[in-house]
Amino acid sequence: MEPIRRIVSRTVVLPQRDVDTDQIIPARYLKVTRRGGLGEALFADWRYDKDGKPRSEFPLNDPKSKGAQVLVAGANFGCGSSREHAPWALRDYGFRAVVSSSIADIFRTNALKNGLVPVVVDAAVHDRLLATPGIEVTIDLDTRTLGADGIRASFPLDPFARHCLMNGVDELGYLLEQSKAISEYEEAACAP
Amino acid sequence: MKPRTLFEKVWDAHVVRRETADTPAVLYVDLHLVHEVTSPQAFEVLRERGLRVRRPDRALATMDHSTPTTPGAARFAIADAQAAAQLRQLEQNCQDFGIELHALGSEGQGIVHVIGPEMGVTQPGRTIVCGDSHTSTHGAFGALAFGIGTSEVAHVLATQCVLQRRPRTLEVRVDGRLRPGVTAKDLILAVIARIGVGGGSGHVIEFSGSAVRVLSMEERMTVCNMSIEAGARAGMIAPDDTTFEYLARTPRAPKEAEWERAVARWRQLPGDPGAAFDGSVRIDGEALEPMITYGTNPGMAVPVGAYVPDPAAVSDAAARAALEKALRYMDLRPGQPLLGQRVDVVFIGSCTNSRIEDLRGAAKVMRGRKVAEGVRVLVVPGSRRVKRDAEAEGLDRIFSEAGAEWREPGCSMCIAMNGDQLAPGQYAVSTSNRNFEGRQGKGGRTFLASPLTAAAAAVTGRIADARELLT
Repeated sequence: MEPIRRIVSRTVVLPQRDVDTDQIIPARYLKVTRRGGLGEALFADWRYDKDGKPRSEFPLNDPKSKGAQVLVAGANFGCGSSREHAPWALRDYGFRAVVSSSIADIFRTNALKNGLVPVVVDAAVHDRLLATPGIEVTIDLDTRTLGADGIRASFPLDPFARHCLMNGVDELGYLLEQSKAISEYEEAACAP
Repeated sequence: MKPRTLFEKVWDAHVVRRETADTPAVLYVDLHLVHEVTSPQAFEVLRERGLRVRRPDRALATMDHSTPTTPGAARFAIADAQAAAQLRQLEQNCQDFGIELHALGSEGQGIVHVIGPEMGVTQPGRTIVCGDSHTSTHGAFGALAFGIGTSEVAHVLATQCVLQRRPRTLEVRVDGRLRPGVTAKDLILAVIARIGVGGGSGHVIEFSGSAVRVLSMEERMTVCNMSIEAGARAGMIAPDDTTFEYLARTPRAPKEAEWERAVARWRQLPGDPGAAFDGSVRIDGEALEPMITYGTNPGMAVPVGAYVPDPAAVSDAAARAALEKALRYMDLRPGQPLLGQRVDVVFIGSCTNSRIEDLRGAAKVMRGRKVAEGVRVLVVPGSRRVKRDAEAEGLDRIFSEAGAEWREPGCSMCIAMNGDQLAPGQYAVSTSNRNFEGRQGKGGRTFLASPLTAAAAAVTGRIADARELLT
């Protein structure tokens, strides 16, 4: 994975709260055996009309949103299923961070494993970001801060996840290094 | 020693390495359930890195999400080439890595959260994961069971462990007795309506109280299944005699002396007196009514006799906007009664409500009645085993004679990946777990409810109070 230290980008705002993973990528797109190429399916039922044409009123289809790497979304983003296809689709589309006032647990875990930075900010900062679509933000993993014109907010990021993101390390490598401890656990046979 | 909750006991027993400020805990997984949709990319990681499956004996696979439920369908005779390729890939992966697979057409096949319990591999005190958010179902047995993403599926395949920060605990205590016609589904919908779809976020819920104690295992599974719909990591219920009686009848539960030892161990699992939770919610079971959703997430639920809420009465702007958007999607008017709302499709099935007791409940309402004109009713048993048991009791005939479709097991219209789906604009009463926009088919509109309420909708063609049909 490519190391991530800083993301500087304009935002796209999707103000609805409780955006579930079925909206991020509908289930009919989950019949794949690879992880690539899912950006086309991102928000498919909101993004395209019944003929497959982009809906002009959907924020991602606004020409000003082109190239934006930071999605600002309403509270409880990513609730619902455990499908990792959701962060795969967001990454494949070009997003590198999701900012909200809360992010669902499984989605957050999945995002961290795919170089998509989950940024949780307080309600006041969240409201300002929701109210100013297209604003340029700087997300700095080293200082765990989100900065923008007149905004400077810190956000929580698990130290281990941060280390993995900043060094491009994946967690599987770390787990494989625990092999001896896992064997000892298995031998102790305390697992019922 | 400090008194510990059920969750804490199970967690503590599976810590391979304790968490520190810098690193999460390494948590051992006793049972890894696998299905076709969230596993292919995980096996791909193993192949890319030249890794083997560490403990194939602790993995169990089935096909459920994209399998056809058409009666009599030949194996893999699937119109959808992509779904067929995904199923074949699972078969190949299980063969290459030595994992037990209950494939389409085999006797053990079914929804992953139905077959684990019925086989007896879902046991108290175990840690259970699956690339599926409804893994929380298995918590009904006092297991710590949670959904994981595909990267974590690869972690578990390769190391039998997951990296976890210890979640907080939330007690949901339901006392009193559920009144006749009020089911476990109504209980959990009421809980989600109360705490919200993000209300359990970061927490493992333990359901307790006298109303929970008297629930059967099937009912407990319904409750724990939908813990994720409150955003919780997992739901758990302390094991008791009900749990042990259920397990004693399963093929893979421990036998004889080993059984006695297991039960003695399981009896130690319930929380110690004085064990503290990080949060607590109390619900009066006696006051619960049959519930139904009106919106586009499972928290948007009210008693079946209630009215569609008015956004104008909601003070929080984001909540008001969400309600307005939901009612627009559902094409419902604020203040309209839910009773009497026309329905096009009824779906009885899913990992929430496709077990034998659920089918018995639905059959009780539908017995001797006919499906209302113009309504399509799908009854999809959760597993081959449930299907056989239901047929042995004659439930299939009750459904068929009423005019419902009696289908093959699978996830079916809960996730609508297999061709069982709503047409745009159709209304469904569904016993599944999610009423998200498009969940049951693009443009489809879902009312979540119990099997009793779903069966009442089937025979009346409208949202109805099943209690009026049961007297």
